[in-house]
Amino acid sequence: MQYHSPTSFDAAVQLAQDATGVTRFLAGGTDVLVQMRAGMVTPDVMIDVKKIPGVKDCVRHADGRWVIGIAVSGAELGANAELVADWPGVVEGMELVGSTQVQGRATLVGNLCNGSPAADSVPGLVAAGATVRVSGPNGVRQVAIEDIPAGPGKTTLAKGEMITAIELPPRGDSGGDCYLRFIPRTEMDIAVVGCAINVVLEGDKITSARIALGAVAPTIVVVPEAADAIIGTALDDGALEKMVAAVRAACRPISDKRGTAEFRTHVAGVLARRAAETALRRAKGEKA
Amino acid sequence: MSKIHVTTTVNNEVVEFLADPRETLLDCLRDRLDLTGTKEGCGTGDCGACSVTVDGTLVCSCLVLGVEAEGAKIETIENMAQDGALHPLQRKFIEHAALQCGFCTPGILVAAKALLDKTPDPTETEVRYWLAGNLCRCTGYDKIIRAVMDAAAEMRGAA
Amino acid sequence: MAKDNVNEFRLIGTRPDRPDGLDKVTGRARYGADISAANMLHAAVVRSPHAHARIVKIDATKALALDGVKAVVTRADFPTGLTGEDWNLQENTIAGDVALYDGHAVAAIAATSALLAKDAAKLIDVEYELLPHVTDVDKAMAPDAPIIRQGAADASVPEGLHPNVVKYIEFGHGDVDDGFAKADLVMERHYKTEAAHQGYIEPHACLGQLGEDGKGDMWVCTQGHWYIRRMCAAVLGLEGSQLRVTPSEIGGGFGGKTTIFMEPLALALSRKAGGRPVKLVMSRSEVLRATGPTASASMDVKLGMTKDGMLTAGKANFRMQGGAFPGSPVDFALYCGFASYQIPALFHQGYDVIANRPKCAAYRAPGAPMGAFAVESLLDEMCAELGLDPLDVRLKNASVEGSKSSYGPKFGSIGLVETLEAAKAHPNMLAPLGPNQGRGIATGYWFNHGGDTSVSAALSEDGTLQVSVGTPDIGGSRASIALMAAETMGIPYENVRVNIVETGALGVNEPTHGSRATFASGKATVEAVQGIIKEMCRRVASEWDIDPEAVTWVDGSAQPAGPNAGKFPPMSIAEIAGKMSETGGPIAGHCETVPEGVGASFGTHVVDVEVDPETGYTKILRYVVVQDAGRAIHPAYVEGQYQGGAVQGIGWALNEEYIYDDMGRLQNPIFLDYRVPVASDLPMIDTVIVEVPNPGHPYGVRGVGETGIAPPLPAIANAVAAATGERFYHLPITPVKIVAALNARNDS
Repeated sequence: MQYHSPTSFDAAVQLAQDATGVTRFLAGGTDVLVQMRAGMVTPDVMIDVKKIPGVKDCVRHADGRWVIGIAVSGAELGANAELVADWPGVVEGMELVGSTQVQGRATLVGNLCNGSPAADSVPGLVAAGATVRVSGPNGVRQVAIEDIPAGPGKTTLAKGEMITAIELPPRGDSGGDCYLRFIPRTEMDIAVVGCAINVVLEGDKITSARIALGAVAPTIVVVPEAADAIIGTALDDGALEKMVAAVRAACRPISDKRGTAEFRTHVAGVLARRAAETALRRAKGEKA
Repeated sequence: MSKIHVTTTVNNEVVEFLADPRETLLDCLRDRLDLTGTKEGCGTGDCGACSVTVDGTLVCSCLVLGVEAEGAKIETIENMAQDGALHPLQRKFIEHAALQCGFCTPGILVAAKALLDKTPDPTETEVRYWLAGNLCRCTGYDKIIRAVMDAAAEMRGAA
Repeated sequence: MAKDNVNEFRLIGTRPDRPDGLDKVTGRARYGADISAANMLHAAVVRSPHAHARIVKIDATKALALDGVKAVVTRADFPTGLTGEDWNLQENTIAGDVALYDGHAVAAIAATSALLAKDAAKLIDVEYELLPHVTDVDKAMAPDAPIIRQGAADASVPEGLHPNVVKYIEFGHGDVDDGFAKADLVMERHYKTEAAHQGYIEPHACLGQLGEDGKGDMWVCTQGHWYIRRMCAAVLGLEGSQLRVTPSEIGGGFGGKTTIFMEPLALALSRKAGGRPVKLVMSRSEVLRATGPTASASMDVKLGMTKDGMLTAGKANFRMQGGAFPGSPVDFALYCGFASYQIPALFHQGYDVIANRPKCAAYRAPGAPMGAFAVESLLDEMCAELGLDPLDVRLKNASVEGSKSSYGPKFGSIGLVETLEAAKAHPNMLAPLGPNQGRGIATGYWFNHGGDTSVSAALSEDGTLQVSVGTPDIGGSRASIALMAAETMGIPYENVRVNIVETGALGVNEPTHGSRATFASGKATVEAVQGIIKEMCRRVASEWDIDPEAVTWVDGSAQPAGPNAGKFPPMSIAEIAGKMSETGGPIAGHCETVPEGVGASFGTHVVDVEVDPETGYTKILRYVVVQDAGRAIHPAYVEGQYQGGAVQGIGWALNEEYIYDDMGRLQNPIFLDYRVPVASDLPMIDTVIVEVPNPGHPYGVRGVGETGIAPPLPAIANAVAAATGERFYHLPITPVKIVAALNARNDS
């Protein structure tokens, strides 16, 4: 295996483009090293991105947009009080990935590019309407988060392309988000089901909402029908019921060692209701 | 297979080693530097027995490549006792019988120290969640949690 | 160091620092993988990816062509003609004609680096021909099940059963039909438990060296190095005494490190590589795929009870698969399952079944947790049906000293009633329960064990004492043995060093298993120390020119036994030791024994849980372990055994299981998905040490390691039943099962 630690995105892209064989980018390494250990992947070329200037930055711009570097760890996100205040659901999703030790290394982009439908940080990013900046041989493009995963272990990124930053839209006033997952233990498991909800309020009424589910389909699922069920409402019981039904209707899970399809579908609805209530409380500025 | 020369600081000493790029920091600590206090329990970041700090951040050394250690500052269990005096956590672990087989102990001590460095007065729940990535199969965690809480109290001067 | 109890002892019952504590908190302690040797090679093992497959061809040409690859071994490098358990061990170490489970070793390779060995192992080309497989115990004994191996059954198996049934047991007493006729309630239920792994955090590791001359050395993490020696010698055709085995510190075992798995491979590779030392360290997935989990069980139990809670009769039919070889603990499950109760009539049947899974190894009270789960669950369900208090019913039927055990022998002094009474008096029993919360209680039993034991003790020139034992220290046994030695000798605890010594230094020892280390090595230590005391008294008598019987040993000194013995100032141990060279030479004591007087241990657990009815998540709110220790030599480590056993049981009850796909491949061979409890899953685990001293041990020790894993399985099942109104008969009680049951109830 060749190991490179380029000091610019251009150099990294060039290395990736020129590489022959299996190529992996290394940020936190908490997925790729596990895959190497298990013999699932033996990269020929490893491109460590952590020496590139700016990859550890996490900045809120004047317009309220957040730009997050690709090597910012979960622990660093959690320590950023302003980010937590703006996007608690995004941060709590990332912070659920692995242990304290894993939090010291694991990154949003790594979690995204690992391509797992159960990735804990991705539903929150999708619900938030986040995008990624992609650099490649043909220049730079901005891509919605939900367009990156292509199925378990796969992404839509072309050879030589790499993500160079994550962008979160301005939070604005009266917005709140939440991510919940179900695991059989309290920690250390892969999500059996995950659900993120992001809402914006005007007065008591929800004016916009995005709902994303994890681990109920080959990729993260956005459920506009569920969002529609609560838009224009104050999240009354009837709206919640419709939302839960829409969430469950959108689930296309498999049965595997972590849970049955029936269980996943059922719990997706449970989590959606709980997450919606928390997101609403946060949008109202209540501590939750 | 060409190896890469790595210069790094481990436990305040500058060391050099040659690493195959596939080798983990854990492999390099144990096999190149003979620092065998850091243990491998799983190799997949699920058990925490290989916990060390890299530039002050708690990590699983099995999830770090050895070549990533270039220029870093690494601390392992072997550096926890200073000038022949045990760290309060180490003393409290012995005092509370917080170890049985002792295999997970180095990783738990390193992880607990990272917690107390940051949070001198943790709640029991905080300790339990902080240490959730450190598996212990012998103790049921009870005495470990008590030892960490007691060490924290002593270090705060509250004991 | 404060004593827990006011008693007649100076040191027993205190909590000093363990002698190996410093090494273990500083990273200095050397475990299995922590040793290297000059000129060492590293090994890797090629394992079958199939549950059941004929090995058509193994071609290592490409691997051997790599620079740095020094040896490859297959079954062809091992002697033939072994029989019985020796053959089983050899076959499990490395497959012969057929790979019997996913993870079964088929070849091993040694190279100059661990990475190279791993890479080269991938180049060993193994051609398989797939055979039909079976992993479930009931399916494995069904008429149409694939035959795993003809001729594995022993003479106990009645004719007409499937060849996968390899052992049958049947025993009982009393008139069962009459007993059921006298009952007001007869209930019969079917229970299942899944295979669980011991889950020790240290993977198996060894460093072996074997020369052409048949002399070898091994460093290995093990619970019993004489077992390693005997088994390796058998598998490799060596003379036992020519193999010297040194135990490393051991990173947990729980029974799983009482046997061999890959150790002979390291020795065989070494022999083939010209005697170079070979290090072999398993990965976690190898540990889970190829080392001993416990058996999975399918059990039918029937009990009869009068309306006032007296048990009248019981019937049990247990089936267990313990992997592809005989040896599931179905017998122990039956013995332990009913041991807590006096039941007038009982009939037990047990079937040991082979299946395409790894060879099971002992796991903490082997069999007892399954038996307890079935019997204690049923008892609880019947108490609920009859409106009886489950603790009172257990008290009413409890085994007592002199009562006949369910499996035959009469109990000596036991403390079951005392544990039940202590549980009843515990404040947790009065804690209020909220919605979706429930309380469960259950009892458990383990025999405890004596076993082959050799200990030597020797006086140093300064009057301090070294004790050499052969039972590896997994959980603080150095401390308990030092306490007993110091107590007996009348010297400070700090003046004793307990060493775990290699096979060349003592007679044969069984492993640290069966909860025997503190009982057996402790009892032998006391005898060895008494031998030293006797010799010291003899020497002093000679100096004082009086009869040896006229000298007595008090508080670490020789003294005249009484006024008639003469007037001499006490002679201290230091003085005697200082001049032993002139008084007759070195002073040592030793004891080789199979200690009698084993005292059985009962426990009672009480657990409160809360179940989230929407997600099925079960939270442990409170937990208390009450167990009879006989006497707690070092109470902190006794509590530790109780707590550790309880938490392993909690894991087994709620989350841990071997999951196979339809190809018979293990689906969860990493800690991510083999879900042992983590710190945040648990509350503090309260303990109550009941002390009903064992008359068969000089300090009353029973052994405390194992009983604690049995009650949690039924206690949690009982608590979940109380919390949800649904009873679960199949462990683990996962959120998936709970939600399915609650949804089914809501739908109907």
